Amino acid sequence: MIYEGKQKIWSDYQKEIPDDHYYYVRSCIRQTFFPASEAALLNITRNILGRDVFENEHHTTCGGIAYHSDTIPQETIMTIVARQFALMKKHGYENYVCSCITSFGIYIEILETWRNFPELEAKIADNLKKTCNLEFAKPKFVVHTSDLIYKLREEIAAKAKYKLVNVKTGQPLRVVEHIGCHYAKMFPSKGVGGAEYPYVLAGMIESWGGEIVDYPERRHCCGFGFRQYFIKANRGYSLSNTHKKFESMEPYEPDFIITNCPGCAYFMDRWQYVIAESQGKTYGENGHGIPVLTYEEVAGLVLGFNPWDLGLQTHQVYVEPLLDKLGIPYEPAKKFLGAKGQDIGCPALPSCLKV
Amino acid sequence: MAKNIIVIGGGPAGLEASARLDALGYNVFLVEKETRLGGHLARWDRLFPEGVPAAPVLEKLVSGTGNTKVMLESEVLSLSRLGKSFRISLTSGVSVIADAVLMTTGFDLFDASKKEEYGYGIYDHVVTNADIEGYFRTGKDPRIGSPERIGLVHCVGSRDEKAGCRNCSKVCCATAVKQACELKAKFPSATVYCFYMDLRMFGRGYEDLYLKAQKEYGIRFIRGRVSEVSEKIDKTLQVKAEDTLSSTPLKVSLDLLVLMAGMRPSEAGAKVGKMIRLGTGDDGYFNTSDGFTGMQATSVPGLFVAGASTGPKTLPDTLSEARAASALIHEYLRES
Repeated sequence: MIYEGKQKIWSDYQKEIPDDHYYYVRSCIRQTFFPASEAALLNITRNILGRDVFENEHHTTCGGIAYHSDTIPQETIMTIVARQFALMKKHGYENYVCSCITSFGIYIEILETWRNFPELEAKIADNLKKTCNLEFAKPKFVVHTSDLIYKLREEIAAKAKYKLVNVKTGQPLRVVEHIGCHYAKMFPSKGVGGAEYPYVLAGMIESWGGEIVDYPERRHCCGFGFRQYFIKANRGYSLSNTHKKFESMEPYEPDFIITNCPGCAYFMDRWQYVIAESQGKTYGENGHGIPVLTYEEVAGLVLGFNPWDLGLQTHQVYVEPLLDKLGIPYEPAKKFLGAKGQDIGCPALPSCLKV
Repeated sequence: MAKNIIVIGGGPAGLEASARLDALGYNVFLVEKETRLGGHLARWDRLFPEGVPAAPVLEKLVSGTGNTKVMLESEVLSLSRLGKSFRISLTSGVSVIADAVLMTTGFDLFDASKKEEYGYGIYDHVVTNADIEGYFRTGKDPRIGSPERIGLVHCVGSRDEKAGCRNCSKVCCATAVKQACELKAKFPSATVYCFYMDLRMFGRGYEDLYLKAQKEYGIRFIRGRVSEVSEKIDKTLQVKAEDTLSSTPLKVSLDLLVLMAGMRPSEAGAKVGKMIRLGTGDDGYFNTSDGFTGMQATSVPGLFVAGASTGPKTLPDTLSEARAASALIHEYLRES
C-alpha cells in the first residue's frame, strides 16, 4: 500500500465544509438504532465546540427509504426535500447538515437533478407553494454530519481525554472504516476523499490517534441495501454481504469498526450476532465480536463521555473489551439503567457471541 | 535558398518527417521538449505484432534525420503567422522564421491513477503497459517480482466516458496480447488473464498474434471489465470483474495487474495548437482539413499535422502519415 498515492487522491477530493451555522435534520432510523449518537452530535457541536446547529420540530423524513423501495414517485420526494430546504431558509440558514447517509445522497441527487432539469425544479417550487405555502429555496452547502465532525476533528483532538491507542501496548488501535454507499459512490466529488478511498472517517481516526485498516472488501455494501433487507425473502443476500465483509477484514484483527451510515452501523453490529448464532463464527478477540461505532460515539469516547450516556449499551456487540483497551472507565452495574436511574433490563444474552 | 520547416515533436512521426524533408533539401528544425528523441517509442521494448525490438527501429529513424537541426529540451514559447510564414520562439532562446510547420506532437499516455478503482499508485503490484515495457528494457521493477498470476486490463482510460475518453486507443489490444505472451514467456509457470471489452485485432498479423496467445501461450481471455481492485494482507491483489460470456461475476487473486493505459491528446501539443488557433475535436485531437483527402492538412495554410496528434495511431500508421505530410509540405512549398 502506497500511502502517498492515497494522499494524492484525497487532495483531489476536498469539499468545502462551512465552519458554523447549520440547519440540522435527523435520520429516521438512527433515532431508534443508536439514539444517543444524534444527541452526542448536538452536544459536541453546540456545547463543547460552540457551534450554531439549529434544529426545529417541523422537519420530517427525507422520504429516502420509500424512494429507494419504489413506493413514492420522484416528484413527491422532491417536494418533501423542497419543504426541508424551505424550512431551513425560513429559519435564516443556508448551510444544511443531515444525519443520514441515505438522506445525504437524496439531497445531492435531487439538487443535481434540478440543476440539469430546471423545468422540474420550477414544477417542484410550484408544488411546494400549493401544498405548503412555503417559498422554494436551495441550500448554499449540503453536508453530512460526518463531514462536520471531520471538519472539527482537530478541535476534538485538542480537547481529547483519550486517544485511540491501546493503553496496554501503546500501539494505535486498528480501525476499519466503513462508508455508507450513498455518501460518495453516486457523486464522488461530494464526499471528502472521493468514492474509492474516502477520507472522511479515516481523517478522524488519524487525528484521534488510531490506525486505519484497508482490507479487500472495504468498499462492499454493509448488507443493508434496502431491498436486500426490506424484502424478507432477500435477507439472505443482506446477511451474506455482511459475512463477506467480516471474512475479508478478519485477518487484519481490527479493534473496532467506525461507520457514517445508520444502516451500516446497525447491520454490521446485529448481523455479527446472527452469524455467530447460525455459524458459530465470531470475528473479535476470544469469541467476542468487533464493536461497531458511529463517528459521534467515537468522538464522544475520545472526549471522555460516559459510555452509557453515549448509548453503547444498545449495541449488540459488547464494547467493554474496547473500553478496556482505551483505558476508559465504566460502571458495569449502571449499564442498563435508564435516564432516571431505573433498571431498564439486560437483554437476553447470545449463546455464541461472547459478552 | 532552402526553405525552413519547423517540425514540433521528436517522436516517430517527427523523426520520419524530418528525414524525408531533409532528403528533399529543406532546412529542417526538429523541436523536442524532452532530453531525448523518440517519444513513447524510446520507452518501449518490443513492438507488436512480431515482437520486433523497438531500439533498432528508433535508431534507424534517428539516423535518417541527416542534417536536421535537432533542438532538445526546447518548448515552444510562441508560434504566430508572419505574412505567409511562421515565427516561432523557443524556451532555449532560439527563434526561427519558417515557411511551413508540421505538428507531430503525438499523444500522452492516460494517467492510470485516474481510474481510482484499479489502484495504480496505491497498490504495490499494479503497473501500466509502459511500466512493463520499462521492466523488459531494464530488467528492473520492484513491483513485478516473480508473479504466478498476472492480469492485464484492456481499455484503461479508453472507450470510457467517465474517464473523459470516448474513443478507442487502437493499440492497446495488440499491446496487451503481446505483453501477455511476453510475460508468459518470462514467467512460464504463471497463469495470465486478459480482461477485455472487445478484441480489436484489426492489423496484419494481429489476429495471428491473438491465436498464438491462446494456443501457444495459454493466455486466458475474459470478456468483461474489471470493476475494482483491492490489496490483500499478503500484498496480492483481489480483482473483481464480470465474465460477460458466461454472465457470471468473477473474483480472482493476482500477483500482478497490468493496466493498458490508453492514448490522450498531448497537453503540450494542445498548448502549441492554441497559439496558432489550430482547432480540435470534442476528443481533444487536432482537426484536419478533411477526413479522407486532407488528413495531413489543416485550416491554417502552411500548417500540417501527422501521427497521433490527430488521433490514436499505430506506429506504421504514424510513419505513413509522416511520409504523406512530407509530400504535402513539399507540394505546398513548391507551389507557394
